[in-house]
This record gives sequence, structure tokens and C-alpha cells, in this order.
Amino acid sequence: MTWSDTLLGLLKDNDVRLITYVPDNVLTPLLTGVNADNYFLSLGATREDEAIGAVTGAYMAGLRGAVMMQTSGFALIANALASLSVPYQIPTIMVISERGTMGEFNIGQSLVARTMRPTLDALGITHHTLTDETTMSFIVDSSIKQAFSTQAPVAFILSPLLTGGNPAARAKLKQ
Amino acid sequence: MSTDRALAKILNRTALTKLLVQKLKHDEAVIAGIGNTNFDLFAAGHRPQNFYMLGSMGLACPIALGVALAQPERGVIALEGDGSILMGLGCLSTIATMKPRNLTIVIWDNGIYQITGKQATATAGVTDIVAVARGAGVAASEWVRDEAHFERLLDRRFDDGGPILLAVRIDDEAGKGQTPRDPALIRSRFMKGLGTGRGGALEA
Repeated sequence: MTWSDTLLGLLKDNDVRLITYVPDNVLTPLLTGVNADNYFLSLGATREDEAIGAVTGAYMAGLRGAVMMQTSGFALIANALASLSVPYQIPTIMVISERGTMGEFNIGQSLVARTMRPTLDALGITHHTLTDETTMSFIVDSSIKQAFSTQAPVAFILSPLLTGGNPAARAKLKQ
Repeated sequence: MSTDRALAKILNRTALTKLLVQKLKHDEAVIAGIGNTNFDLFAAGHRPQNFYMLGSMGLACPIALGVALAQPERGVIALEGDGSILMGLGCLSTIATMKPRNLTIVIWDNGIYQITGKQATATAGVTDIVAVARGAGVAASEWVRDEAHFERLLDRRFDDGGPILLAVRIDDEAGKGQTPRDPALIRSRFMKGLGTGRGGALEA
């Protein structure tokens, strides 16, 4: 099993069917897996806050969802988290591919990455950085269950240690 | 793209929201955007299937899309202002792609950010929301000509025929109600109204 198959399996185990996303290279195996599996309902959003809105509506109407995005996309959703997910007590499941670290070539990515964990901490949102497949299953499974039982958002940050990072960044570094 | 915006009569959001609510016969979900839009929905008389936004400007349509996808048998209506929809026009492309047949969008267009001091929006000058929506792929988009036209457009099943966008030119009157500022309560009551509540006996 690859890390992406394992992660999709964990979402399935927890009845998370609606996958909303703005794409990223690192997320590609997840998104390909979602589109290949009729269990999932795939919703490509034009912005990450739109994806947050859609999973919020779906949750309230009885359909569990997750938002997949990259680091820079997370920087667009502080207002949606602060004025929708957190105060309305929505168990928003976020899967964020971590750009801007361990070999990043794009200065914009490296700068915006520094805002991610402070923003999550400021809002009191639980976040876990997934670094290896051994611990990933326990962290993700138990934290999704906690999110739904306590009605609170949770963010899973996909470290390059888990995913191998952005293939485009690796190619640039070799040049 | 001609869309008859110039022919649309200037109407009143408070009155039309009341009219809309009176037309709802099948526990349709109504998601109302920030500010005057949800103040007037609240003023029209609270219903268990109403969701009031107290922030996250621009997300009424995405939230309504999520509700529509989760409960495809229920009619879902998003109420949004012109300033709010301009903040996230991309959601119209997403809605056109997902094609929820049970989603109706109403845009209240007064050409101003009424609540912040009546500053002009782009719809007062160059932007035609119906043209934008059609261009995004929401083909069933039209300007409401007058109150009778609005009423006729609402005499339909809200659980089919969508996605539909109705744009209404309105005056600059403020909303009439004041929604209680308790997001957790709003969410909990909305979920009970949709049959997804987790309060059990607490909500009996």
C-alpha cells in the first residue's frame, strides 16, 4: 500500500465520502484515487474557502467530507475557519500537502508556509504532521473520530518525509 | 450577452424574502449570506431549515451546494448579495460543473455594499451577474422583471430543474431583522431541521 492508498482507506473507514480540493502535485495520487473510486464524491473547487463552504453544508446535511489543498491554499482560508468552521463547530477534515520546506524552490511557497502552523495554533485547531506510514494510520483514524465526536476541525499536514515532496521541486534542485 | 438587466424593476428584499418563504412547502433548506440577506430571512419568520451566516462572506452558494449534494431529494435555496457573490464568482463554475438539480440561487443586487456604507459594487457599473452566471455554465440564469415574475418563477419544484440562478435588482433598504449571534445554536437547529441533528432528547 502506498501512503495515499492508506490515507484514502482511512477516510473511507470513517465514512468521509465528499472530497473537495484545489489540486497540487503532491496530492495527485490522492485525487487520482478518489476519482477512480465510486465511493467518493469528488468536487474540484476554484478556491479553498469554497471547498470549506461545501464540506460545511454537506456535514450539516449528513454527508462527511474533507478538504485537500496545498500550503498556499491554506493561507486563503483563515476567515472561513475563524467565522464558519470553528464558531459553528464543524468537524472540518483538512489534508494539506506541505510545500515551502525541505527543498522548496519557490520563495513565495517558503514564506507562506511559515503562516500555516501559527494560524492553526491561533485558532486552536488541532493539527498533526504526518511523516511516516507507520504512525499515520493511528493518527488519522483516531483524529477523524475525535473531530466528529467533539465537532472540531482537524488538519493533517503531509510532510515531504511522508510523500517525497513535490516532484517539480526535486527536479529543480537537480538542475 | 443580453440579459435584460436594464428591464428589471427595482424591488425590495424584505418583501421578496417573505414571498419566497411563503412559497416553501417541502421543508426546503435556505442558506442566507452574511448581513442584510440573512437578517431579512430571519425577519420573514424562522424556520428549522434556515441557515444564517455570521461571517465567511461569499460562501452561501458553496454551503448550499454542499447541502444540495448531501440531500439530493431536498430543494435547497441560496440567498446571496451582489457584493458577496462578487467575492467568489468561481463557485458558479463549480456549481455548473456539479449540476445539482435541487439548487436555486437568488442574488439580491442593489449595486452597493449596503451594510458598510453603501459603497458601489461592480454590478452598479459594468458587471451583469446573469451574464457572469451563464458564462460560468449556469445556463438557467435570468433577471427577475417584477414581483409577479418572481412569484411565477417560484411556483415550481425546488428539488428539480436546477441549478437555477435568479438575479433581482433591489433598493438600498437595510434588512429588517437581527439574527441571534449564536453560531453553534444556528448549526444545531439547522441540523435538526434537516434530520441530521445529534441532540436526541435534548432537542425534543
